[in-house]
Amino acid sequence: MTVKIITVGEDILGANEEKAKANKKRLDSHNILTINIMSSPGAGKTSLIMNTINHMKSKARIAVIEGDVASSVDADKINEMGIPVIQINTAGGCHLDANMVESGLNGLPLAETDLLLIENVGNLICPNAFALGEDLRVMIASLPEGDDKPIKYPAMFADTDVVLLNKIDLQPHLDFNMDAFTKTVTKLNPDVQLFPISCKSGEGLGAWFSWLESEVNSKKNK
Amino acid sequence: MHHPRDRGVTRRKMHEFSITQSMLSLALEKAGEAKANKITRINLIIGELSGVVAECVQFYFDYISKDTIASGASLSFETRPTKLRCQQCDKVFSPTNHEWLCPDCQQASIEIVSGRECYMESIEVE
Repeated sequence: MTVKIITVGEDILGANEEKAKANKKRLDSHNILTINIMSSPGAGKTSLIMNTINHMKSKARIAVIEGDVASSVDADKINEMGIPVIQINTAGGCHLDANMVESGLNGLPLAETDLLLIENVGNLICPNAFALGEDLRVMIASLPEGDDKPIKYPAMFADTDVVLLNKIDLQPHLDFNMDAFTKTVTKLNPDVQLFPISCKSGEGLGAWFSWLESEVNSKKNK
Repeated sequence: MHHPRDRGVTRRKMHEFSITQSMLSLALEKAGEAKANKITRINLIIGELSGVVAECVQFYFDYISKDTIASGASLSFETRPTKLRCQQCDKVFSPTNHEWLCPDCQQASIEIVSGRECYMESIEVE
């Protein structure tokens, strides 16, 4: 039998990209600012979301999609705050994809939402490869992880719109070199917005809230 | 009651699992369009920064392609090195260290030109 070569030349994740575009279109039709929050486990994604809800809930209607390998621990916390939340368990999967987010959107009151926060699975390797339909990507790095994380996971830091450097209240106890971190991040990603914050003490969160508020408003008025 | 842990392959879905699933369905779609009976080889381009481990893709592929016309196909992985462009002097270079320093001007910001690829170049069918 003769062997035939078929030229494909297509992105393997093309199907995910298509689905992400469809999600984006759907979210755009409701003028919802959608944020994909990524970090390693324990950097403070849920704490950031809870702080953001507390500050922003009087100014914007918020909904949350929680991605976790297992459990509904995070979604339960958000639910207690009276915020619409969908928990997605990836059953061992290391990232959210556009398909999972689509099913999440089906369970949320999109017509009554201004800001959608999507908490990705805690992982610095692959979530950036899977578009979800978000407007903005926010990465949280934290001081205990060390200032060399951007060197070890360059693609994650190069692909994000915002870096929140969390747990700055721990600076006196750690050898974290703030200058080295900032230098590496801005080198990989010259346009990045970098906010040093502490979800524990509240330090620096004001700058993040104002920035987010103006993004929500500009999406609302589009 | 003791529940033995399930350590089966389908329970451990690393990102390579979803990539392999997408890759297999793309290959089957293209082979179907060409009315092929069998896929013998799949040629893939994988960038250094894509975070995709070839051995892992091969492992999942052998498992999930079993009952398809792609069963037994060999996977060829061509690795694309990381290439960066210096935003100050425009030089395109492959980084030799973690710092990703431009060899000419040493300090400017960079842009990733290649290294993130994850695509299917072609398939070979019968």
